[in-house]
Amino acid sequence: MEANTRSTGRLPAAFLTPGSSSFMDFLSEHQPEMLPGNRQLPTVQGVVEAPHGTTIVAVTFPGGVVLAGDRRATMGNVIAQRDIEKVFPADEYSAVGIAGTAGLAVEMVKLFQLELEHFEKVEGAQLSLEGKANRLSTMIRSNLGMAMQGLAVVPLFAGFDVDREKGRIFSYDVTGGRSEEHGFAATGSGSVFARGAMKKLFRDDLSEEQATTLVVQALYDAADDDSATGGPDVARRIFPIVTVITEDGFRRLSDDESSEIARRILARRLEQPDGPRADLL
Amino acid sequence: MSTPFYVSPQQAMADRAEYARKGIARGRSLVVLQYADGIVFVGENPSRALHKFSEIYDRIGFAAAGKYNEYENLRIGGVRYADLRGYTYDRDDVTARGLANVYAQTLGTIFSSAGEKPYEVELVVAEVGETPEGDQIYRLPHDGSIVDEHGSVAVGGNAEQISGFLDQRHQDGMSLSEALKLAVQALSRDTNGSEREIPAERLEVAVLDRTRPQQRKFKRITGRQLSRLLTAEGQAATSEAESEAVSDETPSDESEE
Repeated sequence: MEANTRSTGRLPAAFLTPGSSSFMDFLSEHQPEMLPGNRQLPTVQGVVEAPHGTTIVAVTFPGGVVLAGDRRATMGNVIAQRDIEKVFPADEYSAVGIAGTAGLAVEMVKLFQLELEHFEKVEGAQLSLEGKANRLSTMIRSNLGMAMQGLAVVPLFAGFDVDREKGRIFSYDVTGGRSEEHGFAATGSGSVFARGAMKKLFRDDLSEEQATTLVVQALYDAADDDSATGGPDVARRIFPIVTVITEDGFRRLSDDESSEIARRILARRLEQPDGPRADLL
Repeated sequence: MSTPFYVSPQQAMADRAEYARKGIARGRSLVVLQYADGIVFVGENPSRALHKFSEIYDRIGFAAAGKYNEYENLRIGGVRYADLRGYTYDRDDVTARGLANVYAQTLGTIFSSAGEKPYEVELVVAEVGETPEGDQIYRLPHDGSIVDEHGSVAVGGNAEQISGFLDQRHQDGMSLSEALKLAVQALSRDTNGSEREIPAERLEVAVLDRTRPQQRKFKRITGRQLSRLLTAEGQAATSEAESEAVSDETPSDESEE
């Protein structure tokens, strides 16, 4: 293994060199081939078929932020997976939801989680929320080569800013461009429909419970119009993943809680398939 | 041409060991004890920012006595080793035994290489298991040997006397408050046998708590919670403090996945 292959078995010099608190920086010096961005890409033409994750939505409310995602992964017109998980805790006060090539995205999240944890252990303090958002930006940018071959990863990052005491959302583009979103945001193939739904339903004074209902409504609308987004699957008991981040930290709603929200929405939609109506004026 | 001055290998090693031991003895002692729900690290440390104890991985903690820059280097090396290993394989594949081995090799090579100054550090690597039987504590002296410890261990200046004191009094299944009080009592003993008072502000305390719901079991105990544990009498007060330990804010993540 990395340390033990050396003849003496001692920690290699790179491990004991004082320097960056970043795990990615350490990897790029010690084992650059392990960084996703440093892989040699074969020069083939055409698109690689790989499962893609679809819709992620986020909504802020006074005191926190909600991040949620549907459960479908698609490969062309095939449903590759019905119960994929696309929303992950990044650390105690932030979470990341991924849309795009599932395999690469999951690896990126794993590295991102480690990057934050590594910094925290080495420095004894957490990165600021902006700092975390910027690290994620760098990781997406390093994936640009893959993105140009059709293997893009476009996450949504949400967290509770302990300094400003509010929930914040950051969205990204394939080149790593980062922008802070106010109120609500969505990414992935169903994001257009989800954003339309949220635009009509969002208010500044949502409670946590209303915010979780709002994201599931938005995912329902996305699934309604986008074939790559999965709606609540009552028969298989597969419901959206809903996570809440407040000053108490990250919390993922249990299956019972999210199924309860989805079932209530479903019951209303049986009478009114297009969902709640907003006022005309 | 001058004849090189001959030093026997025995003498050279003894000198290096003496040098390292003296350096370590200048530092304050610290103790690591098993208690019912995990492992507690206790030491006297006037600094709030420079830690003697720290988290290496989910279940692994690190304690060091001696020269700060040297053990800090080893600590960061250990964090890098653990994180890289966990990233390459799986989080479960990072073990205290593996880490202790790497530290032992590192310290041993440095100690016996004529070109390098021996490190003036003594380390403790501890891993909390699912049950008290699964706990592991390794002590790593300056020369690269590994000592597998059970129950309690002390390192630093006054280590021999303190561990003698702890061996007599430490029992399995102590509560956190009991273990903490015993540790402070042990640390308060001076070389000449007299006792002195260590105020709570000068204590650095951390635990690896197997009952923590989070994946990362390491947690620092500070402020009110620490003074409450130090003054707690009997079982009732202890369990109250322990329930606090779970709900308190901590550096951690991934409560579920």
